[in-house]
Amino acid sequence: MTFDWTAIVDALPDLMQGLELTMLIALAGLAGGIVVGALTGALLTYGGWLAQAPAQVYVALIRGTPITVQVMFIYFALPILLNVRISATNAGILTLIINSGAYNAEIVRGALESVPTGLKEAGLSMGLSFRKVLAYVIAPIAVRRALPAMGNQLVSVVKDTSIFLVIGVGELTRRGQEIMSANFRAVEIWTAVAVIYLIVISILAVSLRFVERAARLP
Amino acid sequence: MSMVEFKKVSKQFGSHLVLQSIDLAVDPGEVAVVIGPSGSGKSTMLRCINVLERVSGGDLLVDGLSVRGSAHDVRRIRLEAGMVFQQFNLFPHLTALQNVMFGPIRSRGKSKVEAREIAAALLQKVGLGERMNHYPSQLSGGQQQRVAIARSLAVGPKLMLFDEPTSALDPELRQEVLKVMQTLATEGMTMIVVTHEMGFAKRVGSRLLFMDGGQLVHDGKPVELLSNPPSERFRDFLTHVD
Repeated sequence: MTFDWTAIVDALPDLMQGLELTMLIALAGLAGGIVVGALTGALLTYGGWLAQAPAQVYVALIRGTPITVQVMFIYFALPILLNVRISATNAGILTLIINSGAYNAEIVRGALESVPTGLKEAGLSMGLSFRKVLAYVIAPIAVRRALPAMGNQLVSVVKDTSIFLVIGVGELTRRGQEIMSANFRAVEIWTAVAVIYLIVISILAVSLRFVERAARLP
Repeated sequence: MSMVEFKKVSKQFGSHLVLQSIDLAVDPGEVAVVIGPSGSGKSTMLRCINVLERVSGGDLLVDGLSVRGSAHDVRRIRLEAGMVFQQFNLFPHLTALQNVMFGPIRSRGKSKVEAREIAAALLQKVGLGERMNHYPSQLSGGQQQRVAIARSLAVGPKLMLFDEPTSALDPELRQEVLKVMQTLATEGMTMIVVTHEMGFAKRVGSRLLFMDGGQLVHDGKPVELLSNPPSERFRDFLTHVD
């Protein structure tokens, strides 16, 4: 076969629109996932039994089911159960927040637990409340320890957006599929889609490494 | 009024009795050196004073405040009783100067400018004026421990607690830490020091406390106790330390 570059050129505006939606969903999912993960991770580490139990159930539930099933449930089952309407895009964002939040929670818990008890005691012994010790002593150290694992998780979030083609979200992969089914240029379109993901994720990975280096302690 | 007063204090970890009915009063200006075999309850006793451990029975007053009091009282006790740890426990993400500024800013509500002044003066005092912008990992153990002492002092305590401050240090680094502690003592700081440094106990201590099996066994002048050991157990301990 001949590689038809014009197929890619023609598809590019559409693919870029798809990328825009991919990035929107990914960024919202990332931000929400970090907040949910930090809160859940803190509960898992410092919460009493009553706070820990639901957090553990949440994490087990999410890690024990495929993300495809999760988004199907949120988009198709949840509206029936709660009698609400949810757009495909919002269902995707919600799924990402809930899904990455659970994975982040375990990363946060591990990082918080890795901070030596002596540092907590040093803070407390100076008359600080536990909240202040958490904010000014434990968190700054835990964040640095969580960065590498968190970076992997962030990259996964971007890639996981492609799953939302199953509920018809017009993100990058879905756009690729639509164009391909119209012009049958499978090689060109899927190459283009793959390269776009690769570029975006490479930029993300490089910036993450930069952040990690900047935060590294001597 | 005593600076620290133990009233029949006991402490239990599970079914294990670590402190048994401790009675002790330490007056302002005293330098009480606590010695005893490992597991005798020395560290636990010290940690009860600034409420890193909760007492199980009896009561413990620090400058008139009970360690069983409200969270507010506990916080006031901790502001008045500085703690120096065996493992230094400096904050690794902060420089020496920032470590010492931490207390004044976060627990005393001082401005950055004020805190910097306090911190710089204290680091100067412990001989680390040239190392202010180093991170803990860039300092030797002895230097780290001196920063840790400055960090505790910066909060403005009335009482300093030392939990084996030289045990994690190589022998050649211990003197620089002990010298700083001696200076503090001569300035009149009330100190309770858990240590194995008999030389320091003799030279600097105004009082020597020997603990064994969770009990306060001997309490007296360091020179008298050391030159004339009152019990077989104490004599035995001394031969093992030297």
